[in-house]
Amino acid sequence: MLVGLLIIVPLIASLLVFFTKGNTSRTVALGLSVVEFILSLVVLFQFKHNPASADLMLNCPWVESLGIHFAVSVDALSMLMVLLTTFLVPLIILSSFNTSYEKPNSFYGLILLMQMALVGVFTANDGFLFYVFWELALIPIYFICLLWGGENRGRITFKFFVYTLFGSLFMLVGLVYLYNHTGFETGIKSWAVTDLYEAGKSLNLQQQSVVFWCIFLAFGIKMPIFPLHTWQPDTYVNAPTQGTMLLSGIMLKMGTFGLIKWLMPVTPLALAEWGWLAIGLSVFGIFYASCIAIVQKDYKRLIAYSSIAHVGLIAAGILSANQQGIQGAVMQMLAHGVNVVGLFLIADILMRHTGTREMGKLGGIRNMNGNFAVLFLIVMLGSVALPLTNGFVGEFLLINGVYQYGAWVAAFAGLTVILGAVYMLRSYQAIMLGEKRDSAIAFGSLVSTDKWVLYIICFAIITFGVYPKPLNDLAEEGTKAILTYIK
Amino acid sequence: MKGLFIISGLGVLAMLAEIFKFKKLLYPLVLIGILAAYVTNFMEWNNNTNIEMFANMMRFDNVALAFSGVILVTAFFWFILANDYFEQDHVTDHFALVLFALVGAIMLTGFSNMTTLFLGIEILSIPMYVLAASRKRDLASNEAGFKYLIMGSFASGFLLFGIALIYGATGSFDLMAIRSFISHAQGDLPAFFYAGVLMVLIAMLFKVSAAPFHFWAPDVYEGSPTVITALMSTIVKTAAFAAFMRLFLVVFGGVNESWSMVLAVVIALSLVISNITAATQQSVKRMLAYSSISHAAFMLMAILANQRGMTSVSAILYYSLAYSVGSIAAFTVLYNISKAKGNANIEAFNGLGKRHPFMAVCMVIAMLSLAGIPITAGFFAKYFIFSVMIGTTFKWLIILAILTSAVGVYYYFKVIIAMYFKQEDGEQEVTMETSHVLLLALTTIFTLALGIVPKYVIEIFT
Repeated sequence: MLVGLLIIVPLIASLLVFFTKGNTSRTVALGLSVVEFILSLVVLFQFKHNPASADLMLNCPWVESLGIHFAVSVDALSMLMVLLTTFLVPLIILSSFNTSYEKPNSFYGLILLMQMALVGVFTANDGFLFYVFWELALIPIYFICLLWGGENRGRITFKFFVYTLFGSLFMLVGLVYLYNHTGFETGIKSWAVTDLYEAGKSLNLQQQSVVFWCIFLAFGIKMPIFPLHTWQPDTYVNAPTQGTMLLSGIMLKMGTFGLIKWLMPVTPLALAEWGWLAIGLSVFGIFYASCIAIVQKDYKRLIAYSSIAHVGLIAAGILSANQQGIQGAVMQMLAHGVNVVGLFLIADILMRHTGTREMGKLGGIRNMNGNFAVLFLIVMLGSVALPLTNGFVGEFLLINGVYQYGAWVAAFAGLTVILGAVYMLRSYQAIMLGEKRDSAIAFGSLVSTDKWVLYIICFAIITFGVYPKPLNDLAEEGTKAILTYIK
Repeated sequence: MKGLFIISGLGVLAMLAEIFKFKKLLYPLVLIGILAAYVTNFMEWNNNTNIEMFANMMRFDNVALAFSGVILVTAFFWFILANDYFEQDHVTDHFALVLFALVGAIMLTGFSNMTTLFLGIEILSIPMYVLAASRKRDLASNEAGFKYLIMGSFASGFLLFGIALIYGATGSFDLMAIRSFISHAQGDLPAFFYAGVLMVLIAMLFKVSAAPFHFWAPDVYEGSPTVITALMSTIVKTAAFAAFMRLFLVVFGGVNESWSMVLAVVIALSLVISNITAATQQSVKRMLAYSSISHAAFMLMAILANQRGMTSVSAILYYSLAYSVGSIAAFTVLYNISKAKGNANIEAFNGLGKRHPFMAVCMVIAMLSLAGIPITAGFFAKYFIFSVMIGTTFKWLIILAILTSAVGVYYYFKVIIAMYFKQEDGEQEVTMETSHVLLLALTTIFTLALGIVPKYVIEIFT
């Protein structure tokens, strides 16, 4: 039942927020999202205490005759993803307190609705339900980007929507195909995840390959993986900051999570056959995105490309299908979620305080606000995966995992760590250090809500960098469970 | 079955209203009558005795009752939408024509003889020809009525010829007799029988406006008064599909190798032509006309799949309900917009999100449903079609349907983008009367509820 509450609370919250007015919206939204976070901690406690508890599962028929169930449950992997979501959403809401949006009730209502869909995606145990939540997550974010985005938002958000919907429809075909092969012995078709795994394994290589590419297309677009990434930089740059945070911090993880839970165990043969191509694309994407990031002038766009690079490594780790690779991917998903929200907040702070995000026009801000400089530094170092930051654990495991797949992949992937350091450090240097530019003079001190968000993020970066064990244990457990299905 | 009598009675009553001067009473009477017909429909549910009427000319089994239920629900919504239409001149004529069209529609859900099929189609079509031309001083409306008449009669000719050929081969008008003749013949049928089947197929494709027999549809839809367009794209379509299904799943199911490839090509053509043309339209009304061709193609897929027991039937039932409700919502918004702005172009929707948020939200949900996005009814409708299609040899059609659906998203979202992103131009205030607000709320809730609990419709026959 608890897990049902995890989904219902944000839904009720979003409905409540739709009926509020003015500044109360954001307060209510923040309060309710904190409630959701506490609820997820209760779920975590329950999970630690008794993972097989009935509180962590919910399974009621939805359309019985078609084998569709409203089946959600929490396992180690989804627990981590739910925690990431419920942890980030209050921060995202808090980070918006200094921007006044038109129609705040709709804005925060949509964010909470999105949260509901995201939690649903991470906990769904029924292929059909997974698909429904997957699509449902797209609608709020589309409207967030369309209503509160920057210039050209009509065209850009539309491209984003059609791109992702297109992929999703192929996933639907893949899933329906699998569904159609379930119940071979019993004659009863089912959407349950384990039945889909069975169905997938019963297919021959050719059939598995079709399913693999159909589903991979959807996940590849969502993450995004080269060459399916063309929607991403424009959308990230044009979306309002909170939209970008949702997209990169959480929504991107839908793709990688989906890869782990809904693709890898389903098509082991196709993975062995086509894994090289998928990994090749991912790794090439890292290299490609890093190179483009180096020459970016707009800081937000730079982060957008860095996100493609990071997710490329995550995908490569997952597709290498070994313990270190997947576990590292999970850890990196958590770290990247936290860090990228921090980076986008910093981009937003720069924009609000100086009126520009162009690195050529910024400089010397450290002289004006040392506090901000330190916070920025921590987030940036987390993002380049310095030891003792949260990014390091995942990256280390990832490269380890990819190395087991093939030394050439690891060499390529390792190169990107260096490139990542290049563009991150250079951007920090350009923005914070050096001569004090005109734009920096008016910088002033940070607003308290921004400061608090950055404090919390930096705290998380350092804490889970120094002591990653609790998360790492969960990631290990989740990975082992998935690997038993893949082997 | 009694529903058919009630609606016919109402039609006669509407004609009497002119003489006995109770025109004002007619509107509430009609609404009550439709509800009463709906209730009797309910009461006849699962009643397996005495379902054959008029010497087995009609047969109101559960399938017929379910489809006439959809038609009556849509008709109820439609009458709320069209209240204006019955305040101009020729009030009683309009009432009588619409009600008789409904009679034809209900007949098409329950025919069990080729003659009743033909009668149903004519009773449905002839009032529609007149209604299409009912804005009598408007050139476009006259053109619409005339085109519809010419094309429709042509199709009826095909239908009659086809029926005659089938009669020649099988010696019967009775559907069950034809069916058993086909199964006994075991492929040993004269060539002109197949010609007859194909002619009936062509006539039915005409009626549901599938490509390449769709050329009349956009002009007729655009020229007719908006409420009549709504009537055509919902009730007429549902009825035509109920008839189509009964003919091709039940009667000609045994000779499906003779028509399935033709139907597959028609579906493919409809999907491609309608979606690509719809994407280039400026007028939302015309866009909805083209999109209705694409929805017809989807429903045809379920007939093509010809699947296990009732799954095809319930997929079509769900689709027509979802599509009708979504269309009524879209047409309600369109009607109010074009009344305020004087045209139905996409620019007329600019800035609606700010000016009338309620209307805009309802339109968004209607568009999402028509585009097939979860968790609306339209998504499940498309999903059920896919799930009956995936077991057939026509898997390529699913891929085509998905590709064209993505195009569909493009034109439905053009409306959404116009409402929320474009600045409005012009000063006209967009207002809506209370009954339309209620109707929109009702259809929107219906669309969402169908998406959340689809099982009540999809499992209706089990």
